[in-house]
Amino acid sequence: MSAGPELMLAAEKGHSPWADAWRRLRRNRLAVAGGCYVILLALASCLPWVLGLSIEAQGLDVVSAPPGQAMIKIYVPTQRDPVQYTDLEHFPTSHDYIAGAEGEQALAALKSGHQATMGGKTYRPSHFWLGADILGRDLFARILYGARISLLVGLVATLVALVVGVTYGAISGYFGGTIDTVMMRIVDIIYTLPFTIFVILLMVFFGQNIFLLFFAIGAVEWLTMARIVRGQVLTVRKMEFIEAARALGLGKRRIIFRHIIPNVLGPVIVYTTLTIPAVMLLEAFLSFLGLGVRAPMSSLGVLIKDGAEKMEEYWWLLVFPGAVFSLTLFSLNFLGDGLRDALDVRAAKD
Amino acid sequence: MFRFIGRRLLEAIPVMFIIITGTFFMQRFVPGGPFTQEKAVTPEVQRNLDAYYHLNDPLWKQYRDYLVGLTPKRFHPGELLNGLDLKAAFGVDFGPSFRYSNRTVNEIIADKLPVSLELGFWSLLVAMVVGMPLGIIAALRRNSWMDYLSSSVTMVGICVPTFVLGPLLVLFFGIRLGWFHASGWNDPSDRVLPCLTLGLVYAAYIGRLTRGGMLEVLQQDYIRTARAKGATEWRVIFRHAIRGGILPVVSFLGPAVANILTGSFVIETIFQIPGLGREFVTSAFNRDYTLVLGTVILYAGLIVLMNLLVDVAQVALNPKLKFE
Repeated sequence: MSAGPELMLAAEKGHSPWADAWRRLRRNRLAVAGGCYVILLALASCLPWVLGLSIEAQGLDVVSAPPGQAMIKIYVPTQRDPVQYTDLEHFPTSHDYIAGAEGEQALAALKSGHQATMGGKTYRPSHFWLGADILGRDLFARILYGARISLLVGLVATLVALVVGVTYGAISGYFGGTIDTVMMRIVDIIYTLPFTIFVILLMVFFGQNIFLLFFAIGAVEWLTMARIVRGQVLTVRKMEFIEAARALGLGKRRIIFRHIIPNVLGPVIVYTTLTIPAVMLLEAFLSFLGLGVRAPMSSLGVLIKDGAEKMEEYWWLLVFPGAVFSLTLFSLNFLGDGLRDALDVRAAKD
Repeated sequence: MFRFIGRRLLEAIPVMFIIITGTFFMQRFVPGGPFTQEKAVTPEVQRNLDAYYHLNDPLWKQYRDYLVGLTPKRFHPGELLNGLDLKAAFGVDFGPSFRYSNRTVNEIIADKLPVSLELGFWSLLVAMVVGMPLGIIAALRRNSWMDYLSSSVTMVGICVPTFVLGPLLVLFFGIRLGWFHASGWNDPSDRVLPCLTLGLVYAAYIGRLTRGGMLEVLQQDYIRTARAKGATEWRVIFRHAIRGGILPVVSFLGPAVANILTGSFVIETIFQIPGLGREFVTSAFNRDYTLVLGTVILYAGLIVLMNLLVDVAQVALNPKLKFE
């Protein structure tokens, strides 16, 4: 009270709640590692060609190659991605092989680990770091592509849940009274329904459309969001600082945007981060039952399903997609937990 | 308490009605029918099939007939022990299956549901037996290596889904070590891998919830009072703390049962178990109208019943709550 205005300003500087939260988050190593992993995975999955990977290139000579096996990528001049794979053993018997000096020279270069050109095509020695699938496609590239679709489904379906949940919860909490009671009773009732069963029925009946997938999963996941937002709006609305803001003569809009929304935002951010892995899990669950995304599209769930069918002979087809998927869920959960601690949100979920 | 249960059961009626109506009409308004996937049959055969299954009745009539068949007409729960016959016990008739000729949905349910229930029961047991001690130990030795170990284990359980864990367990214990069959549901040993797979995932959730619940309870005054009165640590934990500490677990059991039922779809697919979950997914693909409806109603009924039990158990465990 007795502090002068300059002193108060100095004390307040750099202490916005968001800056505090950011500092707390940065100190949580697991959360930071999780965040970095997710960002790296998202970048890598959107830019596979930077790594010289192709999701479609095939090599019938190297079908089901185990992890780490050496192979040769074949490039044609107009494309930046490899178009085909082969290996040293099959190289001299391939139909592009030009017998004589040119072929022998190329073979020698490849054997010593250098790239070679022959008949306009470029041949570059490389490895299947994570093996190849039963169609001779690079599993590493397939996993990145699958992760792209999985993350996309996770993001978009979460966005659907976010929009529906926040709107519903905010309306319910803002109006209160009978409207609130009825709206929340509806949520309670829907909560008890076997919703996964309905998603399964929807996917079976209306075909495996990826937009339907967004909608169906979003329709399941908005309930918790609505509850959280409503609870927050209800408490924040009655808090003293809102009353103080009103007493200071601030406008309604300023109160809502400057005081209510930022205080509701924390739990929403935390729960959104935790919804993404839940959505990805549901998508993979559906894909595993053959109800998720459909070929030629692929997701981590589809890869896991295909891998589980072939695991007796080719363990890497199951282990690597499964590991990437679990790591992603891990990271997102740690990030969400870290955000919860950083933003000081009371355990909203458990 | 009986009024509470009665009111909740009454509330369940409109919910079940919405589920039944929604599923019934959703199936019918979607292209394709139970007989469209087969090789083209002559119009004559098609007419016979439609007539036999009343498919050419007006839709409202089919719906009415189905509801009439479904309404419980008697109450002899004892008959359930006699081969799970819902018709003999309650007069609930789910009608004939469209894809399994000569079999009624009641028969299929009586045949397959026990398998799924057994899978669910053992899984839930695994989840509780593994999860609760993990959570209790973590809470009692907070911020020790045991806490971190148990937290990591539960995090792994949450992040490694059943459809990754299941095949991995099969690969290692079934194929590499040869301890168990990779699939099937014949010997008692065939129960081990599926129930472990499904149970461990929920053990993780239960462990987390138990830890949180116990941490909160252990700070309460009545625990300090018990300690002050000289109760042994053992008695404090198992007589006083646990009752409040497992409250979050009890409220989780409602959704958990629903999740275990739907989780069994995947488990039954991985391990080739002849349960109702796999049957449900197949029947949806086959447009077996009555079988889909029957399974959905059964699952919804089980979930509603389970939620009610959970609510009753919660009040019984927590003196602060009352039946309203």
